[in-house]
Amino acid sequence: MDFLNALVALSNFVIVPAVAYGSQLALGALGVTLIYGILRFSNFAHGDTMAFGTMGVILATWWLQGLGVSLGPLPTALLALPAGIAICAALVLATDRVVYRFYRAQRVKPVILVIVSMGVMFVYNGLTRFVIGPGDQSFGDGSRFVISALDFRAMTGLQEGLAIRTSQAITLVTAIVVVAILFWFLNRTRTGKSMRAYSDNEDLALLSGINPERVVLVTWLIVAALATVAGTLYGLDKSFKPFTYFQLLLPIFASAIVGGLGSPVGAIAGGFIIAFSEVTITYAWKKVLGHLLPESLEPDGLVQLLAVDYKFAVSFVILVVVLLIRPTGLFRGKAV
Amino acid sequence: MIEVHDLHKHFGGFHAVDGASLRIAPGSITGLIGPNGAGKSTLFNVIAGVLPPTSGRVTMAGEDITGLPPHALFHKGLLRTFQIAHEFHSMTVLENLMMVPGGQAGESLWTTWVARGRIRREEAEIAARAHEVLEFLTIDHLADEKAANLSGGQKKLLELGRTMMVDAKIVFLDEVGAGVNRTLLNTIADAIQRLNAERGYTFVVIEHDMDFIGRICDPVICMAEGKVLAEGTLDEIKADERVIEAYLGTGLKNKAKTEAEA
Ligand SMILES: Nc1ncnc2c1ncn2[C@@H]1O[C@H](COP(=O)(O)OP(=O)(O)O)[C@@H](O)[C@H]1O
Ligand SMILES: [Mg+2]
Repeated sequence: MDFLNALVALSNFVIVPAVAYGSQLALGALGVTLIYGILRFSNFAHGDTMAFGTMGVILATWWLQGLGVSLGPLPTALLALPAGIAICAALVLATDRVVYRFYRAQRVKPVILVIVSMGVMFVYNGLTRFVIGPGDQSFGDGSRFVISALDFRAMTGLQEGLAIRTSQAITLVTAIVVVAILFWFLNRTRTGKSMRAYSDNEDLALLSGINPERVVLVTWLIVAALATVAGTLYGLDKSFKPFTYFQLLLPIFASAIVGGLGSPVGAIAGGFIIAFSEVTITYAWKKVLGHLLPESLEPDGLVQLLAVDYKFAVSFVILVVVLLIRPTGLFRGKAV
Repeated sequence: MIEVHDLHKHFGGFHAVDGASLRIAPGSITGLIGPNGAGKSTLFNVIAGVLPPTSGRVTMAGEDITGLPPHALFHKGLLRTFQIAHEFHSMTVLENLMMVPGGQAGESLWTTWVARGRIRREEAEIAARAHEVLEFLTIDHLADEKAANLSGGQKKLLELGRTMMVDAKIVFLDEVGAGVNRTLLNTIADAIQRLNAERGYTFVVIEHDMDFIGRICDPVICMAEGKVLAEGTLDEIKADERVIEAYLGTGLKNKAKTEAEA
């Protein structure tokens, strides 16, 4: 039995990756939940909004790299974030102008907006592939590890190594900063409170002199920023491929719904619940158990509940279970 | 103050408001009565810009305000409350009131980041005002309570309080008294009369409680089936044949009869 090695292996293969992935899902789910709370529809274009914003960041990164700009050990993409956010904001605001505003004025049912957002999704998707191509793009630079497995082993003398990639550390730090700013904004500023008021009770907000078009504008700006940051962090951590972002829609919606649609705190909790479920269920536990159990009991198989290829099934099952037993989610969002 | 000219509001083939015309005198507390389904709330909704009229015109101080959105009317001093009290449920009572005054410095995204001091001063002023309003309404002890936890009557008071956060010109109150106990109803009546006398608010009040209407309203307008039936003091209205007809089978008829006989 070797408790320390088991703990290190668990951290290396489960906790660290799940925390990074959970942060990315949480940021994505925050965007979905804000749109749901304020514009009152499930935005199927969100995954492709993330892809488009990330593409903006990648293009700006390449341009900066061409100029020889670098952040040293940190990825240049961080410097390119504002440009990516601006490009993404321009796209979503233009979309709102020419598409969503029309349907808002008609006061159409949310289900119609959902279908409209699917149309928008295909357009964004085509746009992104047209500009940057459907293939994998790598845009991370700087140093790869904060701690590498080798260094860790040398430092601690343990058999197991713990690697923390720069992208994982950056994901966590950025997510914490972004969430802190967002919550400060929603809870402490007048504009943020107008957004909450509008989400709480649209009729009353209108009759209290709150201008709905302003609320909608600010919401799209925030959503563009969240989507770009989430997409960039995911791209730095894994890799950028437009189709992957479309696939992310499922775990992102699962996160938002598990937490309770319309609830920002719920979106964050949901992100981590989905990430941890996905990683623990698709992880082969042989190694960790091997350290913990006496030799006679050591498992022969991989002790993996589900192959990694089926990881999206995890979100799907959690989603279905939540919708069946608690449709308002953990934090009592609006029922779907 | 407000003039309504031949207003129609149809829902499909149903004429909820069917050619209503009326004038609200400045400085009055006008009562609006009528049986359920008479179209009173719909009339309020059209005047307040929540629903577009099918046809007809609404003017305020001579200016055409037909079809203006609610937030624009709000800034002109036209406010309304809901038949079923609305509140921002995730916020405290104090925050609910502080949402109201428009044009706050914090509304600009830019000022939000650069002029924290100015915003803090302004918010302190608005909070002080909100506390005054809550004291006026005798619910200051609820300032930090979540609005969702208030009783029905307390929510009605909060709705009234919302109108006091700005200098309203005309306030439309939809069934202020519904589900409110006697004591609270008296508090509301006092508040309406004081706001009318001290701050010059014009009120239009929908209410089923005739004692309440008789105590604070003059004139009273009676609606039925989407039309204005009669206007006058409550006693004149009660004696009006058409009004008695409209309330046929309800208590008012019997009451009006006994009073007429007496
Ligand atoms: N949105 C709507 N759609 C269809 N019918 C409505 C709608 N709103 C009100 N009505 C109908 O219009 C009539 C008048 O309603 P309302 O204005 O609420 O009456 P009151 O407030 O005088 O009781 C009622 O018969 C009601 O069913
Ligand atoms: Mg009504």
